[in-house]
Amino acid sequence: MTNDAPVISCKNVWKLFGPNPESYLASMPEGKSFDDIRADGYIAGVKDVSIEVGRGEMLVIMGLSGSGKSTLVRCFSRLHDITGGTIEVEGQDIMSLSEKELIELRRNKMGMVFQSFGLLPHRTVLENVAFPLEMRGQDRHTRRERALEVIKLVGLEGREEYFPRELSGGQQQRVGIARSLAIEPDIWFLDEPFSALDPLIRREMQDEFLRLQELLGKTIVFITHDFDEALRLADRIAIMKDGAVEQCDTPDQIVLNPATEYVRKFTEEIDKARVVHASVLAKADQKGAGEPVQADETVQDMARLLVADKRKVIPVAKGDTIIGGMNRQDALDILLGAS
Amino acid sequence: MSMEANIENASSGVWKKPAMLLFIFAVALTLLQWLGLLPESLHRLPESLVPPLAPILDAIFNFIKDDLHLIDLTRWLTGGLQWIIDASSNLLFGKRRWPNIGPIPWTAIAAVAGIVGYYLGGWRLAFLGAGTFVWTALIGQWKLAMETMSVLVVAVPVAFFVGLLLGIWAWKSRTVEAALSPILSILQTIPFFTYLLPAVIFFKVGPTAGAVATTVYAIPPMVLMTTLGLKKVSPEVIEAGKMSGCTRWQMMRHVYIPSARTEILVGVNQVIMLSLAMVVLTAFIGMPGLGAKLLAMMGSFKLGRSIEIGITIVLLAVMLDRLTKAWVAKQPEHFERGTSWFVRHKFLVGSVLAFVGCILLAQVWELASEIGRKQHFSQGKALDAYVKKDLLQTPALKSVTETLRWFMNIYVLIPFRNFLLSIPMPAFVAFVVAFAWYMAGRKQALIALAFFSWVAFSGWWDRSVITISYVLTSTFAAAIIAIPLAVWGASPPAQRINFSNGFNMNLVIGLISLIFRRSVIFMASLIVAGTLRYMLWKLGVFGGEEVSPVLYSFVFWVIFAISFYVIWRYVGQMLRDVFLLLAADTAQTFPSFVYLLPAIMLFSITPIAVLFAIMVFAMVPLIRYTIEGLRNVQSEMTESADMSGATRMQKLWSVQFPLALPTMAVGFNQALMFAFFMTMIAAYIGTVDLGQELQRTLAGADMGKNFVLGLNVAFMALTFDLVIMKWASDKKKLLGLD
Repeated sequence: MTNDAPVISCKNVWKLFGPNPESYLASMPEGKSFDDIRADGYIAGVKDVSIEVGRGEMLVIMGLSGSGKSTLVRCFSRLHDITGGTIEVEGQDIMSLSEKELIELRRNKMGMVFQSFGLLPHRTVLENVAFPLEMRGQDRHTRRERALEVIKLVGLEGREEYFPRELSGGQQQRVGIARSLAIEPDIWFLDEPFSALDPLIRREMQDEFLRLQELLGKTIVFITHDFDEALRLADRIAIMKDGAVEQCDTPDQIVLNPATEYVRKFTEEIDKARVVHASVLAKADQKGAGEPVQADETVQDMARLLVADKRKVIPVAKGDTIIGGMNRQDALDILLGAS
Repeated sequence: MSMEANIENASSGVWKKPAMLLFIFAVALTLLQWLGLLPESLHRLPESLVPPLAPILDAIFNFIKDDLHLIDLTRWLTGGLQWIIDASSNLLFGKRRWPNIGPIPWTAIAAVAGIVGYYLGGWRLAFLGAGTFVWTALIGQWKLAMETMSVLVVAVPVAFFVGLLLGIWAWKSRTVEAALSPILSILQTIPFFTYLLPAVIFFKVGPTAGAVATTVYAIPPMVLMTTLGLKKVSPEVIEAGKMSGCTRWQMMRHVYIPSARTEILVGVNQVIMLSLAMVVLTAFIGMPGLGAKLLAMMGSFKLGRSIEIGITIVLLAVMLDRLTKAWVAKQPEHFERGTSWFVRHKFLVGSVLAFVGCILLAQVWELASEIGRKQHFSQGKALDAYVKKDLLQTPALKSVTETLRWFMNIYVLIPFRNFLLSIPMPAFVAFVVAFAWYMAGRKQALIALAFFSWVAFSGWWDRSVITISYVLTSTFAAAIIAIPLAVWGASPPAQRINFSNGFNMNLVIGLISLIFRRSVIFMASLIVAGTLRYMLWKLGVFGGEEVSPVLYSFVFWVIFAISFYVIWRYVGQMLRDVFLLLAADTAQTFPSFVYLLPAIMLFSITPIAVLFAIMVFAMVPLIRYTIEGLRNVQSEMTESADMSGATRMQKLWSVQFPLALPTMAVGFNQALMFAFFMTMIAAYIGTVDLGQELQRTLAGADMGKNFVLGLNVAFMALTFDLVIMKWASDKKKLLGLD
């Protein structure tokens, strides 16, 4: 999916909280652990993170609460000033931006959705959605037109004049989403957007979100602590612990080849069959024979075939071209949960 | 975390030792004094050692005033302020000044108040809003009330804006906040006489000085509420604002201020209430209006007319309080798309129409514009006579008040005062410091030491101790009455008493509560019966002045019986809630001055009247906070007590009280603060404490002494405040109630 220079690229980013973070970081020896740092009176919100987000990619950041995922995303938009390292957004070092340039960047390029919605209680749905447009000084008519358009997009037609407290949680988050989309941002940050919602509504909102993404194709950084959600949405997943990124890879790889013990434990309960795709299991040096399976099918999708079929190696196809052969036993192991 | 807590606990244990040592030292010193072994110089500070604080302050004050030319600035400001107040005076009661278009007819103001009331809270508030103004006009106090209002409408906006700006500033800068917070707490505890004198000196006697004193007095809560509100804005809303690309100004204007709306409006409510309380008190510096009239009427013991003015003041206070509180709670309602402008703004349109309509009406119909001297319905003079000759001569009432007065004087007030006075000054300070140390900690103890050293060296020790004796006596008396009342108020509906269980604690409590409930109804019926009978008598239903005693009492008791039945049957259950919560809620809005009225009425001009006034005033926060504390005990806690088989008494003492104690302590603290405040006002009745001296400084424009005395009161009050609040917050943390 990454076809040109990354949209966001951060190198060795540190964010420390405490009395004198800059000088502490400068004098800090290599290899201090999170607990060492805490013993010195500092909290490492983000600890030496290097990560890139490509254009049109959806990166999901995962971790338990307090693992620094929200902090990291706030560093991307410079809601937090970082302590060390560099963050470049579309090639611009955001720490070097003046206040005015930063405001311009946010007004034109970035949108953000918040866990508890962050709606302004004194404004109607329409006024909330039009708020970023109003801030950048668009005239009343244009911003109204645009706001109505986005409200329609998120399916809140007819509720333009409601106040946030008159809406349900799901509807409020739709307002939040509409507001973040109003300025047509290139980069879209979503900070646990569906965590505050009921499971049923959450599912519905995820579908809605996928529909929107298909329509708009934005670069997305999405935070969640719900693995199922991450699997449904992600191109790549970054798993964080104590401010550091433990592993950043595709869902298949994270499930099949956990980089650390923590990631392994984290993914232990996951039904791998639902995650792993045929494309990952395909080995280029093998061919197999007969009817091929499609590369984007998960093991679970192929379950019936795997059990019934007698072939040892099944060919995997992407479109019409065969990309390799999948060992049926490997796939069965995954399906049956054998290690 | 738990280890830290342990260390803290251990250290606080160590730190309590000095408190015990100090306490023993103080007791020893006191015993020596009682045995006559203590040299006089250790009992009281010798005159020669009293530093000349007043002259020093005077010199500083004069330097600021004359050499720094502050007075020229303020005199210049006086001109501008005078001009604004003149304008509002013209509009409200037709003072002959620019813009020379007033007065606005009373019907117009009442109509607008009614519509605003309806907008904010439906028919009840509409009735309250319009009713207050109708009453004021009909009772013939329109001009007085408008004199008061003319200052209020200037002081409130100024206090609001200054408070808001200071609040924003304090929120932006830690340094400013750190500098401002001690100033604010001193401003909030300093007696109002100390506000009045500088106001007079810098802004001339009359409305301008009144407006300035009122404004300054009302600023602190606005600052605090603004800062609190801004701090409470949810971080996500702030981030949403930033991500929307707000500039700093846009953040303030569109995100922070609207999100802090609730707290800011609560601040507005407090500004208005404090302003009203103060503007009444500025009568002491020659500010005309309701306060001045009340002062004059009370001074000449014309209680009937005082009561009428008191009712007006209370109505104004309650109305302003309820309207602003409704405003706080008011949430925006949406209109469907395509609603026309007129419908969206129907209340605005309605107000304008009513306003204009009433003005036009007033052109045609004189009464709609002004109610003249002979046209109002005031019964003041007749009431004066009724209170003086009839009510206060009632044998039952007289014997009760006489007995109370005698008992309180001989057995409570005088012995306690003499006891406090008998403690040597160093021992007294040591007691206070030990108390602070034991309750709160070392820091509070040091502050207490500093504060009480000032009091000790101010040269007004005895009067300060007398002030404390008034405050403590009345607050404790208030607590004795208020806490059981509040427990009753917070408890679920009483169960029927089961006499078959034989004699036990529950039976006694049940009986007491029964008697209590009935006695409340009894009192209410008495008041109703008395009023109705009086009205019938006035209307001449039973012939002229000569009423036969038989008919008199027959009518009285018949009405009494009917009202008792009605109240018991229909209002009984409601009474508890209404009487306690609502009463306490409303009573808190009464300007303090009003509390003197019943006190003087019942106990005439004696120290017991002072005690009574303070007591009633101090009961209000005690009841409110105790009920709040008890009600906020989590239901799981009381349920688990129930399931453990606790009796109601056991539950109260071992679950509810311990958990409610921090909140109750806050109430007690506020009661103490109220008591300090009231003691100062009560100086008007005549006490021999600091208040009296303070009032004297007003006449002599004795700035240095005024400040010394003012700081005395403020420091004593602040010591209690610091210690009790620290204790309460520590306790809350310990119980995990935050």
